Amino acid sequence: MTVTPSKAGSNAPAPQDLVTLTIDGIETSVPKGTLVIRAAEQIGVQIPRFCDHPLLAPVGACRQCLVEVAMPGPDGELRTMMGPPGRVKPQASCTLPVAEGMQVKTQLTSPIADKAQQGVMEQLLINHPLDCPVCDKGGECPLQNQAMTNGRGESRFQEVKRTFPKPINISAQVLLDRERCVLCARCTRFSEQVAGDPFIALVERGALQQVGIYEKEPYRSNFSGNVIQICPVGALTSADYRFRARPFDLVSTPSVAEHDSGGAAIRVDHRRGKVVRRLAWNDPEVNEEWITDKDRFAFHYANRPDRLTHPQVRDGETGELRPASWPEAFAVAARGLRAAGRVGVLTGGRLTREDAYGYAKFARVALGTNDIDFRSRPASAEEEQFLASRVAGRGLGVTYTDLERANAVVLLGLEPEEEAGTLFLRLRKAYRAGGTRIFAVAPFTSNGLRKLGATVVKAAPGEEVPAIEQLAHDGELALDGGGVILVGERLATVPGALSAVAVLASQTGARLAWVPRRAGDRGALDAGCLGSVLPGGRPLADAGARVDVGAVWGSTVPTVPGRDTDGILAAAAAGELGGLVVAGVDLDDLADPTAARAAVASAGFVVSLELRASAVTEHADVVFPVAPVAEKPGSFVSWEGRVRPFEKVLEGSNAVPDVRVLAGIADELGTPLGFQTIEAAAAELDEFASWDGERAADPTVAASPAAPAPAGSHRLATWKTMIGDGPMQDGDPAYHASGPTPTVLVSAATLESLGAAVGDQVELSTDTGTAVLAVGVADLADDVVWAPTSSGGVNLGRDLGAGAGSAVRLSLVPAAAPAVQEAM
Amino acid sequence: MTNVLTPVLSDNWDADRPWTRESYERSGGYQALDTALRMQPDEIVALVKESGLRGRGGAGFATGMKWGFIPKDNPNPKYLVVNADESEPGTCKDIPLMMASPHTLVEGVVISSYAIGAHTAFIYVRGEVLHVIRRLRAAVQEAYAAGHLGKNIHGTGYDLDVIVHAGAGAYICGEETALLDSLEGRRGQPRLRPPFPAVAGLYASPTVINNVESIATVPSIVRNGAEWFGSMGTEKSKGMTLYSLSGHVTRPGQYEAPLGITLRELLDLAGGVRNGHKLKFWTPGGSSTPLLTDEHLDVPLDYEGVGAAGSMLGTKALQIFDETTCVVRAVLRWTEFYKHESCGKCTPCREGTWWLVQVLARLEKGQGSEEDLDQLLDQCDNILGRSFCALADGAVSPIDSSLKFFRDEYVEHLRQGGCPFDPMASTLFSPVGATA
Ligand SMILES: Cc1cc2nc3c(=O)[nH]c(=O)nc-3n(C[C@H](O)[C@H](O)[C@H](O)COP(=O)(O)O)c2cc1C
Ligand code: SF4
Ligand code: SF4
Ligand code: FES
Repeated sequence: MTVTPSKAGSNAPAPQDLVTLTIDGIETSVPKGTLVIRAAEQIGVQIPRFCDHPLLAPVGACRQCLVEVAMPGPDGELRTMMGPPGRVKPQASCTLPVAEGMQVKTQLTSPIADKAQQGVMEQLLINHPLDCPVCDKGGECPLQNQAMTNGRGESRFQEVKRTFPKPINISAQVLLDRERCVLCARCTRFSEQVAGDPFIALVERGALQQVGIYEKEPYRSNFSGNVIQICPVGALTSADYRFRARPFDLVSTPSVAEHDSGGAAIRVDHRRGKVVRRLAWNDPEVNEEWITDKDRFAFHYANRPDRLTHPQVRDGETGELRPASWPEAFAVAARGLRAAGRVGVLTGGRLTREDAYGYAKFARVALGTNDIDFRSRPASAEEEQFLASRVAGRGLGVTYTDLERANAVVLLGLEPEEEAGTLFLRLRKAYRAGGTRIFAVAPFTSNGLRKLGATVVKAAPGEEVPAIEQLAHDGELALDGGGVILVGERLATVPGALSAVAVLASQTGARLAWVPRRAGDRGALDAGCLGSVLPGGRPLADAGARVDVGAVWGSTVPTVPGRDTDGILAAAAAGELGGLVVAGVDLDDLADPTAARAAVASAGFVVSLELRASAVTEHADVVFPVAPVAEKPGSFVSWEGRVRPFEKVLEGSNAVPDVRVLAGIADELGTPLGFQTIEAAAAELDEFASWDGERAADPTVAASPAAPAPAGSHRLATWKTMIGDGPMQDGDPAYHASGPTPTVLVSAATLESLGAAVGDQVELSTDTGTAVLAVGVADLADDVVWAPTSSGGVNLGRDLGAGAGSAVRLSLVPAAAPAVQEAM
Repeated sequence: MTNVLTPVLSDNWDADRPWTRESYERSGGYQALDTALRMQPDEIVALVKESGLRGRGGAGFATGMKWGFIPKDNPNPKYLVVNADESEPGTCKDIPLMMASPHTLVEGVVISSYAIGAHTAFIYVRGEVLHVIRRLRAAVQEAYAAGHLGKNIHGTGYDLDVIVHAGAGAYICGEETALLDSLEGRRGQPRLRPPFPAVAGLYASPTVINNVESIATVPSIVRNGAEWFGSMGTEKSKGMTLYSLSGHVTRPGQYEAPLGITLRELLDLAGGVRNGHKLKFWTPGGSSTPLLTDEHLDVPLDYEGVGAAGSMLGTKALQIFDETTCVVRAVLRWTEFYKHESCGKCTPCREGTWWLVQVLARLEKGQGSEEDLDQLLDQCDNILGRSFCALADGAVSPIDSSLKFFRDEYVEHLRQGGCPFDPMASTLFSPVGATA
């Protein structure tokens, strides 16, 4: 055995012990522990299989992968593995690890293996309905395909098939046709092992065995759609796609998911100009073969009736928006912006890296301002400095694979299962493999953290800083021994927290990554959609950086530091800014939605670039329709800093990307952008070499002790659940119905003092407003409650004026009075 | 004819209330435990190895060797699990043993646990036999009270707890790894091996699983020595064992005899096939072992002898069928059992038994052609040795073997368009001398 000694650094795979065996007469060497079925794949031999899945623990249940195996005995003689007296016993190649000198004969060279496989295939089909012509999987079905390649032409079965009433809903989204199920346990293993949501299981026995759920408890998982995809037959279907299309009528395009910063590879299937479904694409470096339900099901937003299709301008006489031609709209926008004088730019999380670059340049070159901020959520100046010093333009940093190698990962202001699902799955894999311990500073032990086996350092909202500072001295966590710190965007709202994180990273040498919620945020930061940051992470304050950028742009870069989102809105409300350019911002996501609405309403001149009508378009003077991701090429930058390019999916669409609109306005303004297409924008962005000059210093904001909640109230902890409200999740009722019930979580003591039981309705209130949600229990401090930021029609910011750390009151909603009341 | 019976396990069954501790101790019970606790655990393992005791649960695996697989350096607790799930059609030895003399098992459990270093032992009893569960629990209680169980047993410092667990009612839970899943509170389905139970069994800890009779035999070996044990039986199948005769036999019941006795001898002891009838076919060790016929009356009933005759000794459950029995009908009934009991995990068993039952049901009604018989054999060929566990191998045994010996009878069904037998004639309440 020869193993080349490796001199490379930590990224090189460790030298592996190789095992040599022959498969169908071909000698091959594979790493020790490799399963025979995988070793065969590597030499191009495809052994048929159903239950086998490379990312799930083997079960050996379907018996489709049987092969003949001989092993050398102590005398070196090969001995075929035998079964019941005198019979060769073919072995399941999906459960059998390779061994030195092993001889494997697959269906290609062993008549016994071939017959065994044909036999199993015949058995699998006896109770299968063979309703392929009406089955979603027909045309892309492993059972169908392998029945053709490894089965007999005709079934000898003439008897009665087992039937079930069909289909049954195992969740609002996932349906089960039990008759089609081959009981491979892929779905159940995925749920238990990968997602950690063991809410489907095989029940009953014999031919009546079936996938089941607990009585009246639907299958609840943020990752449920994966079971549909890995089901090797059409037993699991989605309410959304069921009976919608035939696979051979679909055009499939690889793409990248736009719902979080995970950068998950997806496959988008469309037919006649319409996306009909999305699947996970296999990217071993990023999402492996899994995606979140949001990435899978939330795509109907682009086809809602309120989708904008043509430019509009506000009619001077009626005050209403009216359709306009593109040239007119460009001219009106340019005229208005010029007249407005100083203009601020707000961009939202849906932007691609290229579009974001368009805004970054448009603000500086066409509007002459640094008033631009991509953070359409609660943010802070401390965060801006942290992003400038630690994140912007840094390129690929901590990767998914690094997480599996890290000895410890600490999560700060981040709930991966809800805010970064792809990341959650990889963290769970790392945890299950046993090498990576996970720690979190959080207000309570969420289900997501429990599934990561996380050690939770409890901190009430606003009190995270001392907890973070303590981590440097946590011997169990041992961040200095190869640890990784993952910081969520929510930490921006805690004064001093990001400063403490920077110190922690410096002290311990732990690697640091920032995990924003939205797909476009890291790209927007790198492209310069932040007041103090120019493209490529160049600090605005650095004269050399400005010269660099000016050279590419052929113009000077404004030097006045920019305002942030809240600052821009406040300035617009106060008349300090005469106009706003707003790109895909949901005002309800901002720190103070009410103030934001008022600011947009009162702003002198508003240009809106939007996909669908929104609160901003209501007040806009010019509205431009822009293309959703499926209708343009582009790229996102994942939380790792990995650029994830994608092609245009719907070739026929003539919707235009944001850059094209910006170029049109810029031309009218007489300050051309220099590009009109995504490709040209990308090319120009790539001209910025990585910045090797000085960066902004780490922020050094002191922690300000959180104010205790006033008597009778609680401090609010909150974040968004993955499945919740938001314009990009509109349009699939089954998807929403499969989400969690919006629930306020309280401590057991609080529940008792409310006189409430789990599941009761409680009212959450502030001086601004009230909301009614179900109540549940968690290991929260007694003076802290948690509620989803925006779910089930309740938006805490909009409806209660509340965010993380706010004081809220809680009361039990009395159950409906009984119809007949006893007289007193 | 000489009486070849060697009652050891069954020796006290005719005593007064043999299930009580008092009765058991009167006949020398729990003295072997004293002896054992004065030995080193390894010495007991060596003794059982030397005795040649082979597992009585069906597979005949050497018990001492199985105990020897328990790793010494594993930090997890060790467990002994007694398999008392006895559900194989025809098998009926463990239940009478536990009813008649539960303390024999309890004493065996303590000695065996001590030998393998276990401080907790489980007896997994088939859930349907509530009377046995009660009797075992009473015996365990008595044993605790007498200091044979619990802390500091017999003053030696050795502690052991025994838990009598009621099974959840499935044949598959007798398969040792399915039993472990069931014991852990899961649905009983066989586990993938490796890891083997000796390394990662119950609660992922080193576990020995033995049949009731295997464990109940241990005290006698400790008491009388390996040589005594080896003086009974044959070269590779040593000792005495319980043979269970049932069906068309004059005196059905348990016959404890040395391994290697023949059916002819056993039938002599049992008063022969029921009056006026003659042997047609029989199972040597439960329904999962291929049928034998009257040609095999002189086959030595040990592992090697029955193996050479093309079947398996299994659980030594001798089900006797006389000439009134329709073999097709009997095989169909068995196959229905396997279909019902298939756990559903693997395709050949789950789907294969579903299909076999339907084909056999058709054949019993005389529908089909001789090609169906070949197809039936081919269906069996696609099941035997292709499934996840041995249940499916057992399921095809009756079919394969009946077609081997009684193909003509199948053909006769097809020729007549129905069953040539009178089903009444084979019942035990049929008039003496009734024929088909
Ligand atoms: C389907 C099936 C059912 C079984 N049922 C039993 C049973 O009821 N009792 C038993 O002792 N062994 C049963 N066995 C055998 C056990 O798996 C195991 O081999 C045995 O308990 C080991 O004990 P021994 O070594 O003492 O024989 C069964 C095996 C299979 C495949
Ligand atoms: S539903 Fe699909 S994935 Fe689940 S067990 Fe059945 S065939 Fe396998
Ligand atoms: S052979 Fe397969 S289906 Fe049958 S009992 Fe064993 S594991 Fe279950
Ligand atoms: S693929 Fe190997 S048993 Fe299913």
